[in-house]
Amino acid sequence: MTDRLPTPGSGQVPVLRLGDVLLVTLQGDLYDSTAEQLQQDIGEAIAHHTATGVVIDVSGVEIVDSFLGRVLAEIAAKARLLAAQTVVAGMRPAVAITMVELGLTLPGLRTALTAEDALRLVTARPTPPRPGGAQAGSR
Amino acid sequence: MPEHAAVAQHGSPAREVGDFLRRRGEQIAQRWAEEPIFRTVFTVSRDEAVEAGRAVVDALGAVAASERVSDPDADGFLPVREQLARMGAVRGRTGLTAAEVSRDVDALRPPALDLLTAELAGAPEEYLRECANVLTVLIGTLRLVVMQTALSEGRDLIDRQRLQLLEVATPVIKLWDGIVAVPLIGTLDSARSQVVMESLLEAVVDQQARFAILDITGVPTVDSLVAQHLMKTVAATRLMGAECVVSGIRPAIAQTIVHLGLDLGSVVTRATLADALAHALHQLGADIVSRAPHGVGER
Repeated sequence: MTDRLPTPGSGQVPVLRLGDVLLVTLQGDLYDSTAEQLQQDIGEAIAHHTATGVVIDVSGVEIVDSFLGRVLAEIAAKARLLAAQTVVAGMRPAVAITMVELGLTLPGLRTALTAEDALRLVTARPTPPRPGGAQAGSR
Repeated sequence: MPEHAAVAQHGSPAREVGDFLRRRGEQIAQRWAEEPIFRTVFTVSRDEAVEAGRAVVDALGAVAASERVSDPDADGFLPVREQLARMGAVRGRTGLTAAEVSRDVDALRPPALDLLTAELAGAPEEYLRECANVLTVLIGTLRLVVMQTALSEGRDLIDRQRLQLLEVATPVIKLWDGIVAVPLIGTLDSARSQVVMESLLEAVVDQQARFAILDITGVPTVDSLVAQHLMKTVAATRLMGAECVVSGIRPAIAQTIVHLGLDLGSVVTRATLADALAHALHQLGADIVSRAPHGVGER
């Protein structure tokens, strides 16, 4: 994979901006170099556009390992430092089961069923993320 | 060498017993029809019991003739295997233990032995003892065959039922738009909780459910393993973007969970399925209010 580094256009994951929200769609395998580049891109994009939310769509991810779990957690932590909240959307059942079996429950990360739900979640009134899902009961 | 002489005169003991069983088959079957194992299984008529006994005698005769008296896999047993399984199963169903069924089969030995002794009255004592020995071994093998077939029958039944249990016991129910529920009934083991988790997550995707309710009213006991399975299911549901509510925790189970020191802090719990549904509906913004404000409806 390292020989692809000089041409960043090929293995890159695009970061789309939709108003105040950044949309990232992960597909297939995520390699070390791509993941590093992605984290950097997201950080820059949040700072540049003063985005308030990051939606990571993982519906195209079929195979998961502890690396992907760590990448997601790191992106979320980084975004939080930059005052944006991260929502992971569209995880497949098999992927969710594998994550739990690996012990990666991603505490503190918000989740949504679809990218659409996730967008609604981050554009709504910001609430501090907490384990156990959305906490709309306090309205 | 009296033994050799006897063998030369009469043939080998196994063949002798085989011949005897063939010659006296009808007589033996008549006597066996009186024994409990035939009498209680073939209740329609005595003729039926005699016929069944005859089949078994013929099979034993074939086995003896092939000189494989101690081999439960002998070809001679093939024709009666099904019948023996049925006999063992019927006896077992009346509450008899395996040992008692085995004793029932052993009760077939004395009548046959009596006839054999009478038949070989003139033969040398040594030879007679050998023949009796062969007959005893033969009945012992019959016992083994009966037990074998009965056991394999039982194992098939258990396998079938285990499959049925997995299929039947884990339905995912849609309670409302965006709310699915799994009523768990019976003990949760790893295999079952895996099936539950898979079908629940599939349902969450299919129904686009925002809430999944795990109702454990039918789970008799909760230990740390079951709790761990529940936590896993809750975590996986959350990763999918839905909220999981655990309902139906009875006071005794709540007590156990507290005693075990299990932390269900990150799990939303409700006492009953109704409460869980109300919670989910409230979160979805769809509260249920009664039509008549003061309770009793008109009509």
